[in-house]
Amino acid sequence: MEVLFGTVKELVELAESQNKPISEIMIEQEVLLTKRSREEIIAQMENNLNVMEDAVEKGLQGVHSTSGLTGGDAVLLQNYIATGKSLSGDLILDAVSKAVATNEVNAAMGLICATPTAGAAGIVPGTLFAVKNKLNPTREQMVNYLFTTGAFGFVVANNASISGAAGGCQAETGSAASMAAAAIVEMAGGTPQQSAEAFSIVMKNMLGLVCDPVAGLVEVPCVKRNAMGAAKALVGADMALAGVVSRIPTDEVILAMHRIGQTMPSALRETAKGGLAATPTGKALEAQIFGREKVGSGSTN
Amino acid sequence: MKYRSVFEIIGPVMIGPSSSHTAGAARIGRVARKLYGRQPKWAKIYLYGSFAETYKGHGTDVAIIGGLLDYDTFDERIKTAFEDAEKLGMTFEFIPEEEEMEHPNTARIVIGDEKDEMELVGISIGGGTMEVTELNGFPLRLSGHYPALLVVHEDRSGVIASVSNAIAAQQMNIAHMEVDRKAKGEMALMVIEVDQVIDDTLIQELEALPHVTQVSTLAD
Repeated sequence: MEVLFGTVKELVELAESQNKPISEIMIEQEVLLTKRSREEIIAQMENNLNVMEDAVEKGLQGVHSTSGLTGGDAVLLQNYIATGKSLSGDLILDAVSKAVATNEVNAAMGLICATPTAGAAGIVPGTLFAVKNKLNPTREQMVNYLFTTGAFGFVVANNASISGAAGGCQAETGSAASMAAAAIVEMAGGTPQQSAEAFSIVMKNMLGLVCDPVAGLVEVPCVKRNAMGAAKALVGADMALAGVVSRIPTDEVILAMHRIGQTMPSALRETAKGGLAATPTGKALEAQIFGREKVGSGSTN
Repeated sequence: MKYRSVFEIIGPVMIGPSSSHTAGAARIGRVARKLYGRQPKWAKIYLYGSFAETYKGHGTDVAIIGGLLDYDTFDERIKTAFEDAEKLGMTFEFIPEEEEMEHPNTARIVIGDEKDEMELVGISIGGGTMEVTELNGFPLRLSGHYPALLVVHEDRSGVIASVSNAIAAQQMNIAHMEVDRKAKGEMALMVIEVDQVIDDTLIQELEALPHVTQVSTLAD
């Protein structure tokens, strides 16, 4: 299949040689591969942006999952920001709160947009709607933010994995936070290469993160991993914009993530058998939520 | 290349909580429904790997049933799929399996009614993207990326030519095609992915061809 880019190196070279943002290269490749019109593609991404915005707003009003494990933290964070006492900074905490809001809606079986997965759906919109208040982007720039995250995610999905069952949480929230960092850089006026550096810096700090959901639910620790993923994305973007570079090239960081995922034991890849899921409290919560129902045949009807 | 669209990365728009275990599962169920071509009366769903371990927490079960009811990933009715299936008179059973499959998120769906039954194996590869790896015992690789025709036929000389001629006559281009058979001279399956939308007249034409038993389609 004919593609414009299969690696981050090719993506950055294309963007820099043609003097185009990464989001534009992603749109051009989408036109090429799917044979759909540019307008249709942009309209679909606008729809995804609207879904993300609605989810953030819903989460900020306060939602709770049926298990009772998650919910309400986005509201706590907004209330805390309003006191003016935040130590890490209002923008970071706003991003954290909006990431949490999205994942709380997801855990409550609400409508979200996977970025790149549902379990990691908070980081991209959380950072976007927080950075929005500082950079005042147009709606078009916000849509482009999503195309830029998609371009990096496309490389990860095809060269490594975006599935927690295959590669652990590093493949999900790790990918999401790295993708978001790259898009923040573009929105803030950084170069395509700086986007790649931001991606690498964040991904290097997500390597090895396991997928160990308590009771198999996308709640504990998923919601808080989205919170921290959003914070790391912002710090990584700032580091790249300051001129910090990664010693290991982005494509090699992605391959390292892939290899780490392949060697990760199955207990730590979304089976709810290891890590936090296997702690005494994790087990007790599982028993409390599912009772005896979870064990044995799941015959229904 | 496993992923080819940006909307497999930023998307799908879906009911939570898991893209692989909820949205991908719904898509596997929906592809089974589309290939079966009508509402099945009963369903037996065998789950493997992470699907088997965590399906209740992720709503994998309601999502697959929702898919069998033809619900899309963003359809709020996924939440009430069990009740909806009951109202339609579809019975179902989930069987978690111990066996290790090649992919951690694998489902084997057997559906049927009084007339016939169909068996499909689907894998959810992440971010809501799925692939069909087996249909009625035939190994295949169907991504759902392109509109596809699945033609069950007798293994006779000339059948492939007559099918591809009928497709060519509609000015359609074949993107990918594979043929497999149970044994020499027995039942065979053609999987044909095309670039254009498949219309009903083509399906009727194909069904009328000699030695063609059944034609199913899958839209993009």
